[in-house]
Amino acid sequence: MQIPKPLQFYSEPLPGVDTAELQGKLIVIEGPDTVGRSTQITRLRAWLEHQGHAVLDTGMARSALAGRGIAQAKEGNTLGPVTMTLFYATDFADRLENEIVPALRAGFVVLTDRYIFSLMARGLARSEDAAWLEKVAGFALVPHAVYYLRADVSTLVSRVVMGRGSFDFWESGMDMRFGPDMYESYVRYQARVIRALDRMARKYQFTTIDASKPADIIFRELQRNISGLFHTPKKRAVAAKK
Amino acid sequence: MPLLTPNRFKGKLIVVEGIDGSGKSTQLSLLAQWLRAQGLAVAFSEWNSSPLVRETTRRGKKKQMFTPATFSLIHATDFADRQERFILPMLKAGAIVCADRFAYTAFARDVVRGVSPRWVRNLYSFAIQPNLAFYFRVPLEVALGRILGGRDSIKYYEAGMDLNLSRRIEESFRLFQGQILEQYDAMAEEMGFHIIDATGSIEDQQFQMRKIVMDHLGDAVASGQILHKERTFRANPQTPAVL
Repeated sequence: MQIPKPLQFYSEPLPGVDTAELQGKLIVIEGPDTVGRSTQITRLRAWLEHQGHAVLDTGMARSALAGRGIAQAKEGNTLGPVTMTLFYATDFADRLENEIVPALRAGFVVLTDRYIFSLMARGLARSEDAAWLEKVAGFALVPHAVYYLRADVSTLVSRVVMGRGSFDFWESGMDMRFGPDMYESYVRYQARVIRALDRMARKYQFTTIDASKPADIIFRELQRNISGLFHTPKKRAVAAKK
Repeated sequence: MPLLTPNRFKGKLIVVEGIDGSGKSTQLSLLAQWLRAQGLAVAFSEWNSSPLVRETTRRGKKKQMFTPATFSLIHATDFADRQERFILPMLKAGAIVCADRFAYTAFARDVVRGVSPRWVRNLYSFAIQPNLAFYFRVPLEVALGRILGGRDSIKYYEAGMDLNLSRRIEESFRLFQGQILEQYDAMAEEMGFHIIDATGSIEDQQFQMRKIVMDHLGDAVASGQILHKERTFRANPQTPAVL
């Protein structure tokens, strides 16, 4: 796999960031709601730390600036599609500039639960313009790897029902007014999100992982892939001798 | 792709732009009042006023958390919310929407902050193209005199203190507004601004504004596109301006 070195921005450099200083690794875990991303991230973090890597984990709507505002906006159920995209983009920019970039500068492994792709997929599912979305999110850094946990809608439905036990307003895309039935809306909306992610998988070179498999198997597959992003300790030792 | 989204609706969008102290808000409220007095449906929307993002903006400003990118994005979010929930429905219903500042404010201010002009213009490409955009052009010193005399304190971001132009807030404000002024002047032609000389008397400026509005929207009013109580547009631009 080709790793761009140094890291690059997709289309729009962030003011004040020198990418040559970014020494860490940026690893993205993508996938639809309830596919099991956070379970994997918790395990990956422990594993990476065990190997001696410093890890920052971050995720959507967790920024100091906009995290609370987004949560409040979602409670009101009155968030329009363009507003939603831009609010999430604000959240992402805040985390990129204040968490991700400083951590990469310090040589951390940054594990991020979703990235611009979920933001774009939600926009695409709501029929927003693809070129607009791409340019809005163009200040994102191209990650070292994007692991796409892929599952079909029926797998997601069974996880919602067996797990949380209820459908969420936004995960069901109820703002799209498909109809009053949350289950039916969930199926239609998540199918759109998955379609959008599938299309991006090719364009943005995701590594797709079958998330219908048991969590242990997914974890091992992620481990195998992530190991490949680092120099082996052996090689490093040889380099040090030279 | 066009810069902005064409207005396909019955209603009309009128926006005012200019640096702080140019008098644009005063002029817009006089215009809105006059249009209402003609029996027309008028809606009013102010920059940075969405209740949805208010708390986020307040937190960011209070704790000085904004970077050029997040400052730009939160204002775009604010505008998107106002457009989706207020401006669009009002235009569809056939109102004249008066907006105090518009995307052009971001094109000027965010670019001075260092974000790329191309990026910020794309950000706002969902914004409805105004039917009329007034630019209140005023020399920096005149605007500064109005602002610095009339207000007790200038705020951190208003003065562009985040740009480290100067440690003295008044000096920073002066430099920041000067650069914004240059941006406005540079885009005036491209954006089709109706330029109003904002050093003139309030009454004079208002008269010019009303005349331009009548020339451009008279037909839309006469044909019943715009919601109104009266059948004819009997507006007289000479009606005295009352503050």
